[in-house]
Amino acid sequence: MNKIVDKEHFSENVVRLEVEAPLIARSRKAGHFVIVRHGERGERIPLTIAASDLEKGTITLVIQAVGNSSKKICDLNVGDYITDIVGPLGQATHIEKFGTVACVGGGVGIAPMLPIIEAMKKAGNKVISIIGARNKDLVILEEQVRENSDEVIVMTDDGSYGQKGLVTNGLEEVIKREKVDMCITLGPAIMMKFVSMLTKKYEVPTMASLNTIMVDGTGMCGACRVTVGGKTRFVCVDGPEFDAHQVDFDEMLLRLKAYN
Amino acid sequence: MDINEIKARRSEPWREELRKSIKPKERGELARVKMPSLDPAYRITTIYEEVNQGLTAEQAQMEARRCLDCANPTCMQGCPVSINIPSFVKNIERGEFLEAAKVLKESSTLPAVCGRVCPQERQCEAQCIYIQKMSKEPVAIGFLERFAADYERESGQASTPEVAPANGIKIAVVGSGPAGLAFAGDMIKFGYDVTVFEALHQIGGVLKYGIPEFRLPTSVVDFEIETLTRMGVKFVKDVIVGKTISQQDLIDEGFKGVFVASGAGLPNFMNIPGENLNGVMSSNEFLTRVNLMDASHPDSDTPVAKGKKVVVIGGGNTAMDAVRTAKRIGAEEATIVYRRSIEEMPARVEEVHHAQEEGIVFKTLHNPIKYEGNENGKVCRVLLQKMELGEPDASGRRKPVAIEGATEWQEVDEVIVSVGVSPNPLIPRAFSGIEVSKWGTIVVDQDTMQSAIPEVYAGGDIVRGGATVILAMGDGRKAAANMHAKFMK
Ligand SMILES: Cc1cc2nc3c(=O)[nH]c(=O)nc-3n(C[C@H](O)[C@H](O)[C@H](O)COP(=O)(O)OP(=O)(O)OC[C@H]3O[C@@H](n4cnc5c(N)ncnc54)[C@H](O)[C@@H]3O)c2cc1C
Ligand SMILES: Cc1cc2nc3c(=O)[nH]c(=O)nc-3n(C[C@H](O)[C@H](O)[C@H](O)COP(=O)(O)OP(=O)(O)OC[C@H]3O[C@@H](n4cnc5c(N)ncnc54)[C@H](O)[C@@H]3O)c2cc1C
Ligand code: SF4
Ligand code: SF4
Ligand code: FES
Repeated sequence: MNKIVDKEHFSENVVRLEVEAPLIARSRKAGHFVIVRHGERGERIPLTIAASDLEKGTITLVIQAVGNSSKKICDLNVGDYITDIVGPLGQATHIEKFGTVACVGGGVGIAPMLPIIEAMKKAGNKVISIIGARNKDLVILEEQVRENSDEVIVMTDDGSYGQKGLVTNGLEEVIKREKVDMCITLGPAIMMKFVSMLTKKYEVPTMASLNTIMVDGTGMCGACRVTVGGKTRFVCVDGPEFDAHQVDFDEMLLRLKAYN
Repeated sequence: MDINEIKARRSEPWREELRKSIKPKERGELARVKMPSLDPAYRITTIYEEVNQGLTAEQAQMEARRCLDCANPTCMQGCPVSINIPSFVKNIERGEFLEAAKVLKESSTLPAVCGRVCPQERQCEAQCIYIQKMSKEPVAIGFLERFAADYERESGQASTPEVAPANGIKIAVVGSGPAGLAFAGDMIKFGYDVTVFEALHQIGGVLKYGIPEFRLPTSVVDFEIETLTRMGVKFVKDVIVGKTISQQDLIDEGFKGVFVASGAGLPNFMNIPGENLNGVMSSNEFLTRVNLMDASHPDSDTPVAKGKKVVVIGGGNTAMDAVRTAKRIGAEEATIVYRRSIEEMPARVEEVHHAQEEGIVFKTLHNPIKYEGNENGKVCRVLLQKMELGEPDASGRRKPVAIEGATEWQEVDEVIVSVGVSPNPLIPRAFSGIEVSKWGTIVVDQDTMQSAIPEVYAGGDIVRGGATVILAMGDGRKAAANMHAKFMK
């Protein structure tokens, strides 16, 4: 049982929760995620750890209500308890001084991108963050992203804020303008697919943080498998980050629809 | 158990008398009891009700009468933990059921579980004199074990074992499957301060997430866990050792010994084309969804595929559990595809019989080589290669070989791959200094279960690869005895 100590609405369907989980707060690194289950008949769903506070012993989750389970968790309030949280899971992001790093995040993917942006900046990289959303209301955490980036490009599908267009438009602009040594992308699978296609064209090494369907999150069930470089890998233990150019995104997109 | 002890018990006056009360020849003529079971037509409608209903006291006593109380009870050699079989069986014959349960508990931590899931036909019952010398059906040791353990539990008189005064030494257990539970039970009795860490949100390991309720009711497992809790074992869920807490954290928290019982939770796939299509999944995924998450229940938030034409690949207990579960949650046609013949199946014989009664189709001597999906990426047919049996291989079983050109397509809408498990690499990766075999199992001293790190012992599937409940439990007890001996030095 983990107590919710703070809650904030980023938009109608995107919520930030700060939850007590001292052991996880202590051991987590950028890129790690947790599996959360709420209610006696609740489903286990994966959520990235967006931040942690060692002193308070809390972790921060940013959740977009897309279906039944994420909605249930978004509806919880300060003082409520989440039934189970387990983690940190997955391999931490490989942080290193690459030179110029482009961080491309879409939608709710911006939240889990934030700790990566922070860590990349700390490691001495020039960080260019390209964040995108459908409209102005869905652009989250812009301020925090700005604090840790050398440059921020905001893209909206409808042009209601920043530039009109997709994150790939913003990214291509940057790549054409200057040398990008590393790209990291996190967001909807379809977005990551197009980012990957673009950076492949320009030969920019790219890591994608995959969000497949999961059950246990410990390598036990294989629900999260993807094909990377022709081999089956388990996202929960081998990932979630992989060389984007090796990922079979079409297969992943189909597998995400397994229970629709 | 030492031979003099076996002899001494056998010559207790009540047993001598009981033995003489019926002639061996008469005993030998009694027919083996039939386990009452639910009607197949009914039972395929429920995943919650146990198929085997258990013996009545009368039936148990009749069956116990068949046992000849041998001077050299060969049955005991077949039991991996050497339960004093004639001793518990004769207690059942004379009506001292609680006494019978006590005998079981001397050697087994989980008799109600083992009585249900042990492969008796290859262990204790295989060595019974009836089958060895008399060409008759063996004494139903498993059924009797289950009877005594159930009787004790249901009587409300199950004794909480005595615990030695606390010695203050903190011990950590990684994983709450049968190995971890057995180890915890013995260590708490010796007086240690025992904490069991479990990665999942439920305690019990495979007994909870793998083996279905129609074979092993949750209440049976929970009873054992409650007993351990009463004895003082602390269970901590949602903690992954190696992730949530590290080896160093355990040392810093003052744990002086660690028992790793993390199981073999890594499903094998066959790496054939189409295996990542939707509708193709591991038995671990399917069974975890249905058992741990109760996904077939309408109120559960977790989804599960309810295929109409389900094929399960494999011939072990896991495959039988998966195929029978698929049938129960709605499959019109549920088929086992296995590359050898029925005789070679590693599953318990009783499960194969039950599956046959339930209308499971057995497609033996077939092996999948490819899956194809529809336009939505959902599996719709499987190409099966026909096989024949060739020369025996290293395991002594005849090796299946493909019959060239003999293939056939079968229509499916769900495939469950159940071709074994490998040790989960999480722990071996997390403990620096631990020695791991090329199969990924933790290397231990066979006699003591001690690993390359002196404070760390290991047992169960993480040491053996996929094995059995009784072997995992036996490892837990052996590790406890040896760790205790080390501390007492
Ligand atoms: C490593 C990882 C990190 C993630 N981090 C975040 C995060 O920080 N914030 C956030 O809002 N979301 C995150 N997600 C996605 C989140 O887990 C899903 O949105 C959620 O599982 C949807 O469940 P639902 O019941 O609300 O939706 P439904 O659409 O009702 O779900 C139906 C089924 O599909 C599964 N499912 C659907 N979409 C996804 C998806 N994208 N990923 C995994 N399973 C899915 C669900 O588990 C469920 O079984 C992450 C996913 C992964 C794998
Ligand atoms: C479907 C199925 C049916 C079976 N049927 C039979 C049968 O009929 N008869 C029989 O004898 N055997 C059967 N078996 C095999 C038997 O269940 C196993 O051999 C036995 O459970 C192994 O016990 P264990 O204690 O080693 O591990 P497990 O039972 O696998 O338990 C390991 C536990 O450790 C936890 N864990 C793993 N890593 C960590 C970590 N890092 N931190 C914390 N916790 C961790 C896991 O979540 C799990 O709960 C079956 C197995 C399956 C899957
Ligand atoms: S524990 Fe298993 S092998 Fe041993 S006597 Fe009982 S059923 Fe037989
Ligand atoms: S071998 Fe068979 S008959 Fe003899 S003691 Fe064992 S169970 Fe009884
Ligand atoms: S979620 Fe089960 S193996 Fe990855």
